[in-house]
Amino acid sequence: MASKPRIKVPKSASAGEVITIKTLISHEMESGQRKDKDGNPIPRQIINKFTCTFEGQLVFECDLDPAISANPYFEFNAKVPASGTFQFTWLDDDGSVYEAEAPIEVK
Amino acid sequence: MQLTRRKVLGLTAGAAVFAIAGVRISPALASAEDTEKMVMEFAGGATPAEGKITLTAPEIAENGNTVPISVSVESVMEGDDLVESVIIFAEGNPSPTVATFHFTEMSGEALATTRMRLAKTQNVIAVAKMKDGSFYMDKKQVKVTIGGCGG
Repeated sequence: MASKPRIKVPKSASAGEVITIKTLISHEMESGQRKDKDGNPIPRQIINKFTCTFEGQLVFECDLDPAISANPYFEFNAKVPASGTFQFTWLDDDGSVYEAEAPIEVK
Repeated sequence: MQLTRRKVLGLTAGAAVFAIAGVRISPALASAEDTEKMVMEFAGGATPAEGKITLTAPEIAENGNTVPISVSVESVMEGDDLVESVIIFAEGNPSPTVATFHFTEMSGEALATTRMRLAKTQNVIAVAKMKDGSFYMDKKQVKVTIGGCGG
């Protein structure tokens, strides 16, 4: 249902710097409010949780409700203590997990 | 006025029609009071103070399907001066909760941007929960030209 997530993380930063991360994932985010052409409600299917961690440490997390637009987009900040990898996880209502990661180098 | 059988029947029939129409007309949208209750619930019964938190939203959103919103909270994000979470409500949506952001010391700054759906012109509310137990709130009205929850 969801396609490969797109992530924007700077390639490098100085130690302790606060950087901006942008993420976008393609997903219908079916709200459960809509009806098909026969008038039957379309069941809800959304991404309900997004998590960003850095080397296992939680950086940013979001609980999503059906009011989040299709193709959920997030922009947030993160402190970079050292070189490492950011991990991103999206949880779908149907139990699927979409994952991505991005490395960053401290100069 | 004398209450005759005919009048009583007419009145009850009228009332019934009204009741049905009322149910049909009022869409399943949340009200400002519902949202206020949820804000109070989130803030543990207290009324959140103003200030510290800034909610940025467009004054007019042409397309209610994707309205960019942004929140930022003044905080050094260290020790006790830390923003734990920010919750976003939309008063006039079928379900008022929109999203809850959780921050940590690793966030560096309590700032988040996303895109949301708005069913109609309404207030969008952001409430921040600080680690020291205080709550802050900001409210913006967004005028919506085309609602984003229909179908």
